Amino acid sequence: MQEKRGWFDKKENLTLFLRIFYGSLVLLLVLDLFVEKHSVFGFDGAPSFSAVYGFISCVLLVLIAKILRMLLMKDEDYYDK
Amino acid sequence: MISELPPALWFLAAAVIAPLFPAGLRKFILLAAPLLALLTVYSLPEGIHLSFSFLDQDMALLKVDRLNRVFGYIFSIISFLAVLFALQNHDRLEQSAGMVYAGSALGVTFAGDFFTLYVFWELMAVASTFVVLAARDQASRSAAFRYVMIHLCGGLFLLAGIILRLQETGSLAVDFVGLTGFSSALIFIGIAVNAAIPPVHSWLKDAYPTASYTGAVFLSAFTTKSAVYVMARTFPGTELLILLGALMTFVPIFYAVLENDIRSVLSYSLINQVGFMMVGIGIGSQLAINGAVAHAFAHILYKGLLFMSAGAVIYRTGKIKCTDLGGLYKYMPMTCICCIVGAASISAFPLFSGFVSKSMIVSAAGHEHLTLVWLILMFASAGVFHHAGIKVPFFMFFGHDSGHRPKEAPWNMLVAMGIAAALCIGIGTFPQPLYNILPFPVDYVPYTGDHVVGQLQLLMFGALAFALLMLSGIYPAEIRAINLDTDWFYRKGAKLFFAGCDKLFNGINDFGDRVFVQQVPALLNRFFADPSRNVQKHFVKLFAEASGDESQIEKHNESIDHRTKALAYPIGGGVFLAVIFLALMSLLYFF
Repeated sequence: MQEKRGWFDKKENLTLFLRIFYGSLVLLLVLDLFVEKHSVFGFDGAPSFSAVYGFISCVLLVLIAKILRMLLMKDEDYYDK
Repeated sequence: MISELPPALWFLAAAVIAPLFPAGLRKFILLAAPLLALLTVYSLPEGIHLSFSFLDQDMALLKVDRLNRVFGYIFSIISFLAVLFALQNHDRLEQSAGMVYAGSALGVTFAGDFFTLYVFWELMAVASTFVVLAARDQASRSAAFRYVMIHLCGGLFLLAGIILRLQETGSLAVDFVGLTGFSSALIFIGIAVNAAIPPVHSWLKDAYPTASYTGAVFLSAFTTKSAVYVMARTFPGTELLILLGALMTFVPIFYAVLENDIRSVLSYSLINQVGFMMVGIGIGSQLAINGAVAHAFAHILYKGLLFMSAGAVIYRTGKIKCTDLGGLYKYMPMTCICCIVGAASISAFPLFSGFVSKSMIVSAAGHEHLTLVWLILMFASAGVFHHAGIKVPFFMFFGHDSGHRPKEAPWNMLVAMGIAAALCIGIGTFPQPLYNILPFPVDYVPYTGDHVVGQLQLLMFGALAFALLMLSGIYPAEIRAINLDTDWFYRKGAKLFFAGCDKLFNGINDFGDRVFVQQVPALLNRFFADPSRNVQKHFVKLFAEASGDESQIEKHNESIDHRTKALAYPIGGGVFLAVIFLALMSLLYFF
């Protein structure tokens, strides 16, 4: 099959995609101020708690995974040796 | 008539009959079996059927209630989709093994007594081993061997627990057991092995990625989810499950971030999702059990969908590692869309199936005020999106251009993935039909403003983290490598143990051989060849050393030799030894 040009190969499409993405982030932060909260623990009712928690979780996840990689990574044929 | 048959029967019959027919006819038989099973599950009246007496015990092939009927539905549906997906694969072994596997999972699900359950449990282990083996290469052969050893071991725990329980309670009925004593602990361990609860989880990520492109779809559905059912039946409300489940949601996501093989990533995220179900079962409230069952139902669909999209990519490109893939969205757009639907469902995006099922479990943890558990589940939810939601589609279909120019997946694969994707969106958008078939009445509204916004925030800001880490180069690069897990203990550890045993025991053996077989007998031989001469010579030497006069030794020795040769002794060697022996004994006696 021959070479195809994908939607993301156009630079303006990629920019559009990123703009929509960042726009939705801002929209979510704004919406959060207007929804009625049913908090269970108290802290989970704080403004944009989920946004902060989601961001921190993913950064921690990757950083801890990077440390784990130093300890656990082996060659692909490790078990065949 | 159809209403009183065990649903498993259709699969087992198809497994036997199908191989006799040519490939063209075979696929119709294989497609018919799950549909007939689905119909049977639907029409089975509640209660106990097909009961019989065996060894003075009441057995029942079928016990139907609201808890297991849901599992019956979903096992039948995913079997149909898996067969439809696999039409290109004419391997008789895999087809029949897959049928037996699905059938035995249904057998476990509807078993009314532990004996029937155990028989199907072992059948499931053997059949799934052959599904792994059907990839027919060295990697799958070794993995299948380890897989079957672990499952047979788990099965023995279960069997021992069942027998002890029979002795204690006199009953074999599959019902609430509860973690109360030794027998229940054995049953618990047996189920835990199949549910991939750490530390006995590594068989899953060891075996599934080595299966064929179609076999992995079968594997992703039955073993763990039938264990979820049995756990929900026998150990609801067991607090230990909350702890273990939280661990399951938490630990595998780190591995999933690092793994290079897409199906390893999916295997780890499978363990993570089963962790949510275990937490639900552990909490044990009606909402939590409903959540666990609903999540199992939704999970089988989207996990099957993700394994199907990975399988389609393997079928077209022959590759499955992040390092070998990328940029396929231009060439396999439909597969890509289906994969994204699966990814959105597993990430619990609003309007997708995971959202309406997983949130029941998370809410149940909130209702019970399990703060730490709730925080872990939220962390795991963000993590799932990170690795299964973004990483899987990103590295397969986007990312760098891998140079592959494949055709789109064949029509039947697209239809199978399309149906699964439609069900994922259908359940997410209209959850009520699923809620209606759950074990307990559902009083749960997933779509509230703060829940939707909160979940979207969690996911989208997780995505932001992914994007920023990717752009800054902090995100761990794709590397051709593997990561150590608990299977190390039986893959490398066993080798070390063997080498250690070899050194220790063969060392002792060598030492024993040298000393007791070679040296000591040689010494004794020399001595007993002529005991009296040897003793005399020894004493002559001893006296000479004591007196300091060694000049006479040679002379004495010569005369001893001379006497010996001439046999000039008043007594024979044997009598001499006896005298020495008696002398020693009398010494011991008198002092």
